[in-house]
Amino acid sequence: MTRQLAIRIGLVCLALACSGCNRKSGTAHLAPAPSKYGTAIVESSGGKQIAAAGTTLPQPVIVQVNDEQGNAVTGAAVQFGGPAGVVFDPQNGITDSSGQLSSNVSLGPQAGRYQISAATITKDKKVVEVKLEEIALGYQQILGRQLNDQYCSRCHDPESTPERVSNYDNLAVKPHPFTEGETLNKMSDEDLTAIIGHGGPALNKSPLMPPYGYTLSKTDIQALISYIRTVSDPPYRVPGIVYAQK
Amino acid sequence: MQSSGNKFVGLWQKLFGDPIRAFGVVSVLFLISLAIAPAKNRFSEWGHYQKGYVRLIRGRGEAVTLQRHFQSGIQQIWLPDLGVVDRCTTCHVGQKEASLIDVSTQPFRRHPVIPHTSEQMGCVICHRGQGPATTVEEAHRSTLAWEQPILPARYIESSCGQCHRAPLTGTPQLNEGHRLLTRYGCVHCHTVKQPDGNSLKATDDPPSLSHIADKTTRQWVFAWLKDPQAYAASATMPNFKLSDNDARDISAFLIANSTPIPGDTASNSSPAQKAAPDPTAGASLYGESFCASCHAVQNAAGNVVGGDVGPELTRIGTKAKPEWLQAWIRNPRIYDPGTEMPHYRFTDQQAAVLTGFLQAKADPDLLANVHLDAATPEQIAHGRTLVTDYGCASCHEISGIKKPENFAPELTRIGSKPSSQLIFLPGMQHTLPDYIVNKIKQPRAFGSGLKMPQYSFNPAQIDALTTQLLSFTDRAQSVPNSLAVAATPASNYQPAGKAGQLMNDLACFSCHAINGRGGNMAPDLTWEGSSVQRKWLEDFLRNPNTLRPALIRRMPKFNLTNEEISTLSDYIMTVYQTPAFERDSMPESGYSSAQVEQGRQLFYSKYACQSCHIVDPKADKGYIGPTLTQVGARLNAAWIYHWMKNPQALRPGTGEPNRNMSDDDARGLTAFMMSQKGSGKQEAKK
Repeated sequence: MTRQLAIRIGLVCLALACSGCNRKSGTAHLAPAPSKYGTAIVESSGGKQIAAAGTTLPQPVIVQVNDEQGNAVTGAAVQFGGPAGVVFDPQNGITDSSGQLSSNVSLGPQAGRYQISAATITKDKKVVEVKLEEIALGYQQILGRQLNDQYCSRCHDPESTPERVSNYDNLAVKPHPFTEGETLNKMSDEDLTAIIGHGGPALNKSPLMPPYGYTLSKTDIQALISYIRTVSDPPYRVPGIVYAQK
Repeated sequence: MQSSGNKFVGLWQKLFGDPIRAFGVVSVLFLISLAIAPAKNRFSEWGHYQKGYVRLIRGRGEAVTLQRHFQSGIQQIWLPDLGVVDRCTTCHVGQKEASLIDVSTQPFRRHPVIPHTSEQMGCVICHRGQGPATTVEEAHRSTLAWEQPILPARYIESSCGQCHRAPLTGTPQLNEGHRLLTRYGCVHCHTVKQPDGNSLKATDDPPSLSHIADKTTRQWVFAWLKDPQAYAASATMPNFKLSDNDARDISAFLIANSTPIPGDTASNSSPAQKAAPDPTAGASLYGESFCASCHAVQNAAGNVVGGDVGPELTRIGTKAKPEWLQAWIRNPRIYDPGTEMPHYRFTDQQAAVLTGFLQAKADPDLLANVHLDAATPEQIAHGRTLVTDYGCASCHEISGIKKPENFAPELTRIGSKPSSQLIFLPGMQHTLPDYIVNKIKQPRAFGSGLKMPQYSFNPAQIDALTTQLLSFTDRAQSVPNSLAVAATPASNYQPAGKAGQLMNDLACFSCHAINGRGGNMAPDLTWEGSSVQRKWLEDFLRNPNTLRPALIRRMPKFNLTNEEISTLSDYIMTVYQTPAFERDSMPESGYSSAQVEQGRQLFYSKYACQSCHIVDPKADKGYIGPTLTQVGARLNAAWIYHWMKNPQALRPGTGEPNRNMSDDDARGLTAFMMSQKGSGKQEAKK
């Protein structure tokens, strides 16, 4: 009799201990409790970055929580979210003294655009969020980016740094930066191949663009186009996919 | 008991009593057992995915083509040479279908474009995992029987490194990992044998400590040992997390063990030394000598600006003794014969000015709290023990201490290490990549008494290093020769004779490469003799001017004597000749004005060279390529002609594309180029 009782007491204790453990590990996954609430969340920096698929973005993503007056709010809760495969470090947190929270973001394994979001709760339990876009490069686009750095960016990238001065301003006919989706998205892959391979005159454009068809291989040019398509803004959409029954 | 026995006998009688009935019953049982196999297939995981794929393609425009490509049942790629048996394509059915570009759900996603096909390589060579498995769990995660999980996409470039031992354009992360592994001295302690039998060689050159007392003080050595990054943010020496007593004893030993080198310190008696340092003169000499091409300095904003060939100089005044520094600037080869620093041939006055300028770069806070009593013999003996224990001599030359062999575990096959042989920290994922990352991040956390020092890598650098280490697999050692792409062989080219000595003294190889040896900061000089005219070369060596206006790293002025200039020029003009063409195959002058005019037309309209080059400084603006206003006095005509025909053949990877020019056009442009002899201004007036 006493033995049975002891077993029962033991079981109850075990169950209690387990539930205690569960509760503890449960709270660890939840966001820390906010001490203040904001009304808006904005991107501070870290949007539109480019990294190889699966790797961490070069700069952290920083968001800021503001109140109605646009002042930074310290102690507000922020939760990051994104498509499957995207990892945030940390996933959530409390804004610091300047109202900001910074997170290192690793993109998923697939090349392409990733829309990530950062959300905060307002006083009346409404969720406000800000969306950011990041770009992941696959093998082909990484190769394209290397070729771009070697051959193209000196003229096509208007941004000058002391280490790498841009030639953009020196050109009588301005080249299109590769992010200029409005123009480049209208050009087919065949057009781009022609202009890269045979130079500007191939499409009746300026001879300031020299031909690279004798320097780059076909694979190289495809990689370059794939890179251009990936970084273009607005995003490039593949033409001609037919959905028979949708 | 008895009754149940009777029942069983009764049942047996009922079923098998009569031979014909028994035959019928056995047949039914046989049929059922036969049906198990197809039923298992029908309800298998992969069967479910294949049905999902059929449903997916049914609704698409190119359904007929996709259906024709689709084969049901278990698919297998078998490559006996590589030991590949991969059934991944059983579920990853659409991986080869280019038209599935919009499908993002696995396992139907199209494989991104890579230079290999799955028929050629299979899947697990790059992605790891279990090729023969036919369930999701067994194929992707480590199970009891099979422990090789899928490789995270973050480290996928490591797989390229198994066969490609030379850097690839498409794998920047792997290339960076290789650079870090050799630059940060990992391979001083850890042996990495390459499949060709050679061990990986370090590219850093840690200084000898045998004469350190000439160069610096014990206080500085102590502060450096405690925290190298506190002295220089960009220091490659890791932090050994030494206690105050250990740092005290090691510094005591190193200073006591140091022997002086005659002539490596300047005497303080010369009047030049006494000259008051002039900060503006020092700054301008530092700038004119292009010290910043190799040495970095931390600016007010905290950014380290400058090259990383030599050490960072932000706090050099706190480290170097002034008399040593001045002698070093005069001729660094007395203290370190193998240094990458050129022997600048400064005058005493210049050396004093530069020393004064560098001495002012001091940070008194660094040594403010360092108070060391005179070293005792016990401390020195203990210091010697510590130096041996920590393997300091793996990297640094220290007189009286032998370089240890195999000081740290060999990493030749680290990428294939089974996770059962690894120790994991609490909270870590039990995978090899996670182990490597944490081992680099916090090496001392894995046990007490570990000696591996703490590096200050950022997350991207740790990922790059992990990628490189994961490429050192069993497979990398056993790849058939037909598939392996050999590493670029290390060159130990050494120019001969007097010119060779001079080139070592001037450390030409720190910036220029010749015959595969040397740095990449400045142009490759392997064929310089075919390229330039002798007079220009002599003038350039005497007083280097800038060819490319956009560059911030430039050739410094070495104050060479006429004899030295003529020795160097003789050697370069005779030895560094390309076999591709005869130097004198084109005339240097005598081109008709019609030819020059034709060249000018080609230059400005057909080939639009002015987008990158300047011929007329008033009108042309391009500054990516060298300025061509004096090109006719600089380059050899045959070189220009062959450069026009194919610049990539003369200097692979150069920015100028191959234009596939006709002989006629190349000749015209050569005539125009040769007419540009530094009279650009006069021509502009015309």
